[in-house]
Amino acid sequence: MPKLLSGAEIVFKVLEDQKVEYIFGYPGGAVLPIYDELKNHKSIKHILARHEQGAGHSAEGYARSSGKPGVLLVTSGPGATNAVTALTDAYMDSIPLVCISGQVPTHLIGTDAFQECDTTGITRPCTKHNWLVKDVNDLSKILHLAFEVATTGRPGPVLVDIPKDIQFKKGKYKFFKNTLRKKLNGKATHKLSNSDLDKFIDLIKKSSKPIFYTGGGVINSGPEASKYLRELVSLTGFPITSTLQGLGAYPGDDPQFLGMLGMHGTYEANNAMHDCDLMINIGARFDDRITGKVDEFSPGSKKIHVDIDPSSIGKNIKVDLAIISDVTELLKSLIKRFKEKNKNFLNSNKQKTSKWWEQIGKWREKKSLNFINSDKIIKPQHAVQRLYELTKNQDTFITTEVGQHQMWAAQHYKFNKPNRWMTSGGLGTMGYGLPAAIGVQIANPGKLVVDIAGEASVLMTMQEMSTAVQYRLPIKIFILNNEYMGMVRQWQELLHEKNYSESYTAALPDFVKLAESYGCVGIRAKTPSELDEKIKEMISIDRPVIFDCVVDKAENCFPMIPSGKPHNQMILGPEEEEEISDEGKVLV
Amino acid sequence: MAKSKSAYSIPGKIGKIERHIIVVWVDNEAGVLARIAGLFSGRGYNIESLAVAEVDKKKHISRITIVTEGTPQVIEQINLQLKKLVPVHKVADFKRGEKDILFRELAMFKILGNTKKIEKVKKVCKKFNPVILDKTKKSVVIQVTALRAEIDKLALDLKSLGLISTSRTGAVAMTKGSKIFS
Repeated sequence: MPKLLSGAEIVFKVLEDQKVEYIFGYPGGAVLPIYDELKNHKSIKHILARHEQGAGHSAEGYARSSGKPGVLLVTSGPGATNAVTALTDAYMDSIPLVCISGQVPTHLIGTDAFQECDTTGITRPCTKHNWLVKDVNDLSKILHLAFEVATTGRPGPVLVDIPKDIQFKKGKYKFFKNTLRKKLNGKATHKLSNSDLDKFIDLIKKSSKPIFYTGGGVINSGPEASKYLRELVSLTGFPITSTLQGLGAYPGDDPQFLGMLGMHGTYEANNAMHDCDLMINIGARFDDRITGKVDEFSPGSKKIHVDIDPSSIGKNIKVDLAIISDVTELLKSLIKRFKEKNKNFLNSNKQKTSKWWEQIGKWREKKSLNFINSDKIIKPQHAVQRLYELTKNQDTFITTEVGQHQMWAAQHYKFNKPNRWMTSGGLGTMGYGLPAAIGVQIANPGKLVVDIAGEASVLMTMQEMSTAVQYRLPIKIFILNNEYMGMVRQWQELLHEKNYSESYTAALPDFVKLAESYGCVGIRAKTPSELDEKIKEMISIDRPVIFDCVVDKAENCFPMIPSGKPHNQMILGPEEEEEISDEGKVLV
Repeated sequence: MAKSKSAYSIPGKIGKIERHIIVVWVDNEAGVLARIAGLFSGRGYNIESLAVAEVDKKKHISRITIVTEGTPQVIEQINLQLKKLVPVHKVADFKRGEKDILFRELAMFKILGNTKKIEKVKKVCKKFNPVILDKTKKSVVIQVTALRAEIDKLALDLKSLGLISTSRTGAVAMTKGSKIFS
């Protein structure tokens, strides 16, 4: 007869079998038996956050930069509700998280017990699946299944709610593998057909104005996918643009790369999307920040859409060829088949796309990311550019908060490798970047990790600095401080007659002193002339740093597609601002 | 400035609304109905009626029949989103009016009235497999099985004949012939 284990022991046995090295969490009454068991499992290190949301974003940062699922451990009631933002964030950006939450003992469920909440009810719409464990003998199966659901198909968060009595009870442990036999979360078993590949290749060959439009699916598919993507793009000689989440899958400084597309994307990327005759969407989801006005989205193009999630296809935009597949597998098969029949395609096709490249060159001449620099005041774009120049020679990981600084980071920091860029795109969670940087640093010890932040966002999870200090994680918090919620201010300027309602923070802390009180290093840069030196100082310090970069308060993020406009009607800079219609104002 | 006609959240052309019957086979576990209902409410889909019961006691499989309305694009999304749920085994989608599919709803009516009136009620219900479930001197509970529209009409007709209470199920569906959906 197999040895009986307590629920808490089973939890750790599963974590060990799943090769989990780190868990991010916060203890509390309903998870005490699990925390008690922690001491017996030396291969698993617990990172104590200061708030469950912070633990969740750290787990996300860990997952995104390592390719492994992030594990989160929280208590019942407020522990679980605090984790909801991080779970939703992971759900929107397809990040594998396994959240284990404590629950009041089984006999108290439903009695409004102390720190009780309907955790599975609350987290149902923000997880791929969740479970309330009612029998300790189901626990090992459920936990293994949880890891499987989180990491297969389109990745995402899952939650396992374990009542306290189940954590004490003795039960059987079983190792389950591949318990989920059905067509997994969107047909992971889907076979690629040669006829689909041939149609794909045929469309490539017929096109004279093609563009690759790639997204986070390429990153999620693993580093192989980026390798194949680079091969396919170089085989075809086609231009490529990327979504916010896809940055790094293709080198940001490559001449075939047109920069990011979308609301704050480059002029050339958005115009190429609008005018192309073939759009090859690999692992992106036609999000509203990308498509703009749906009716006028790329009206003349044939569209190919590769996605692992069947429900992503046809949700927003109708496509001509839909392929449900993992990106790596699709690209591998496609490249093989393409090479067999199309030797020397690049040269023979050059003529066909030369006019297209000429047109792209004209758009590029607009230099849409340009800004008017100053020698008196630090322009935020300039700060990001300098940060890039001074860190590009080492393997740097960037996280961000949400707002103007996030878009400037996406525009001006060039990524050459996947998994180096962690930003909250779908949910747009202010306060994401600092805790995410903690997770990234844990997964990548010795590497430079910078959170490009705004002063408003970073205050939402500032308490996690304490975590960084505790675990000696030398993360760098690079705050572009303009004292405003910059993106809110920008929209108020453009859409609400400059009524800056509640978007100015009147009583900001002194970030240098704040850094010191946390036991880390504070640096402030006020003028362009001292910026480089201060950035170098920041990089050289092997401790957590808060960098208060005092920037122009009035700078807006351009280019921009205003609400209600199609792709080819961008605002390039302040001199071009025009009034936005009432209908446009309704939209966010 | 030219008036901007569209915007991010304003949909383009709205397709024709169709009524569909969606049959879902699920693991009969805690919360499964909440998952299905939550998917519909969370994504703004509409549930007109819903019928659920376990159909396989050994494997604990329940069969859920949902009547819904939407554009072809929305119906496609409903199907695809349902298939992503972990406890969902399979999903069948039928358009209202398809030839090789049977639909039925059950209704119970409580009617007050004398024998003469009740005779009249029986006559009105004749076409819809009426079964008298309970009878007193002053009242009758009558069960009918029919299509949704037929029951709607029947309820209207019975109003003047003393109908005081109606209880109805959602529609259930099954394919005609020897084939089953798999």
